[in-house]
Amino acid sequence: MDELTRMTAVELAGQIAAGQVSAAEVTQAHLDRIAAVDPALHAFLHVDADGALAAAKTVDERRAAGERLGPLAGVPLALKDVVVSKGLPTTCGSKILEGWVPPYDATITRRMKDAGIIILGKANMDEFAMGSSTENSAYGPTRNPWDLTRVPGGSSGGSSAAVAAFQAPLAIGTDTGGSIRQPAAVTGLVGHKPTYGGVSRYGLIAFSSSLDQAGPLARTVLDAALLHEVIGGHDPADSTSIDAPVPALAEAARSGAAGDLSGLRVGVVRELGGEGYQAGVLDSFRQAVALLAELGAEVVEVSCPHFDYALPAYYLIAPSECSSNLARFDAMRYGLRLGDEDDASLEEVMSRTRAAGFGPEVKRRIILGTYALSSGYYDAYYGQAQKVRTLILRDFAAAYERVDVLVSPTSPFVAFGIGERVADPMAMYVNDLCTLPASLAGVPAISVPCGLSASDSPTPLPVGLQVMAPTLADDRCYRVAAAVEAALDARRGHPFLADAPALTGATAHTGATR
Amino acid sequence: MPDAPSAITRAEVAHLARLARLAVTDDELDTLAGELDVILTSVARVQQVAAADIPPTSHAVPLTNVLRADEVRPSLPRQAVLAGAPAAEEERFRVPRILDEE
Repeated sequence: MDELTRMTAVELAGQIAAGQVSAAEVTQAHLDRIAAVDPALHAFLHVDADGALAAAKTVDERRAAGERLGPLAGVPLALKDVVVSKGLPTTCGSKILEGWVPPYDATITRRMKDAGIIILGKANMDEFAMGSSTENSAYGPTRNPWDLTRVPGGSSGGSSAAVAAFQAPLAIGTDTGGSIRQPAAVTGLVGHKPTYGGVSRYGLIAFSSSLDQAGPLARTVLDAALLHEVIGGHDPADSTSIDAPVPALAEAARSGAAGDLSGLRVGVVRELGGEGYQAGVLDSFRQAVALLAELGAEVVEVSCPHFDYALPAYYLIAPSECSSNLARFDAMRYGLRLGDEDDASLEEVMSRTRAAGFGPEVKRRIILGTYALSSGYYDAYYGQAQKVRTLILRDFAAAYERVDVLVSPTSPFVAFGIGERVADPMAMYVNDLCTLPASLAGVPAISVPCGLSASDSPTPLPVGLQVMAPTLADDRCYRVAAAVEAALDARRGHPFLADAPALTGATAHTGATR
Repeated sequence: MPDAPSAITRAEVAHLARLARLAVTDDELDTLAGELDVILTSVARVQQVAAADIPPTSHAVPLTNVLRADEVRPSLPRQAVLAGAPAAEEERFRVPRILDEE
């Protein structure tokens, strides 16, 4: 059944709708693939084989009864463990939520179930989505299918590894400072961070509420667009949800794939490149920019001077919001409780539980955020970061007066080695250098594979092109990304992921493969 | 930078940990003070930006207060909520004592 796992979501849904294959067969093929390769990858924290097969059978029954199903009905998906799912363990990569089973579905979980999407299980992640490598998961790291000694990016690293390793054609990630785009870039996938407010946050375990957004990861731009259309749109249960229609994203992807970008104005951000970026990353990026011009786009350089301050501003704002959000883990209503003995007080129980339940990076950020928000430091740190955020928004506004989209590399680096950066928090934080401006400004941004870097590692590794668009113009991201994807696929003669090394019996027991 | 004053002391970290309800060991205090010092020195770069007359942005999208109709709607069943609690008693969350003894 290997050929089923190699198909795109669109191909699978088409075959299911035409009755050429059942949703149950498609689900079983992906469960078999997970059984074969996940021991080596560790993309999943929980696999729900029974639930997935039951949901697939329901899709097959609805189809047999003549019901018209959505464009992704019967297609399997990996759900990042930050998204609550009724009846399925949801840990957020943390010991403090080990064994917690939510009593409700996130809005996006419910929308996907309603669309007939099959949730295979919960994907590994950095604890509370804090990290760029998935090494901060309390349950152990996930490995990159391109090179098992390297990270799959983060924090949505389980999601990226699952899709890149053909365990699922689709995954949900969340992006606070780049956690969809950077993992997509370093595993050779398409990943999109929607406009802030474009996708409901109801049922997402909050890290930094003014930045968190859920979005799609997929192997093609069109697949990502279709998943975004399922999860996007207004939700009365999220007060920051934008009450406006979702743009026609799949249509934008299809029109982009036709390859004509004439009339499109593209700005190359001067501040996102140069020193500190790997040579192979910059090479691939330059070729992608040349390709955009060949496709008819008008390319100019644009300066956004305050982007240089996005990193320090983000690492004040996000920890500040996290220190407040994570106060809810108080050992009283859900999750872990430790030390509730010998007449210990509530405060003692709370402090002991949080000490044991949170990992080092989460503790670092809680303390950092508590500091940045405390009186005497507020103006110099959190207050000043919020002003820088205004200036970054103004840089975007000025740029979008001149151009339709902005481009940059998605990350300064290709996938790095597991363990290479864990000892130095700042070395980890610079992974987000290119993705942070769009996060702080709330604008949509996509990462699409733009090449392989041969010079930054012993084996070639994926490089991502980031395309940023104005608020609510997510369709532009999909259009441009689809044009790049189609042109590079045509040039190469096969899809990007076909160049990834095969993960087979060499890396895992093959007994589970049918 | 051996002469640079550290941005954060061990005592300050201990105070912040108390505020954040995090029990920390002596070893953790040492590690955290060192790491936070490096991080704070780096993020203090935001102070280089002249922004005295710039308004702060808390959200990229303008926020307005959102109200729903004042209608009774079903909430989660009590059993479903208490099922996730670390301790429950008499259909309520059971919590440790909240007052210190005098």
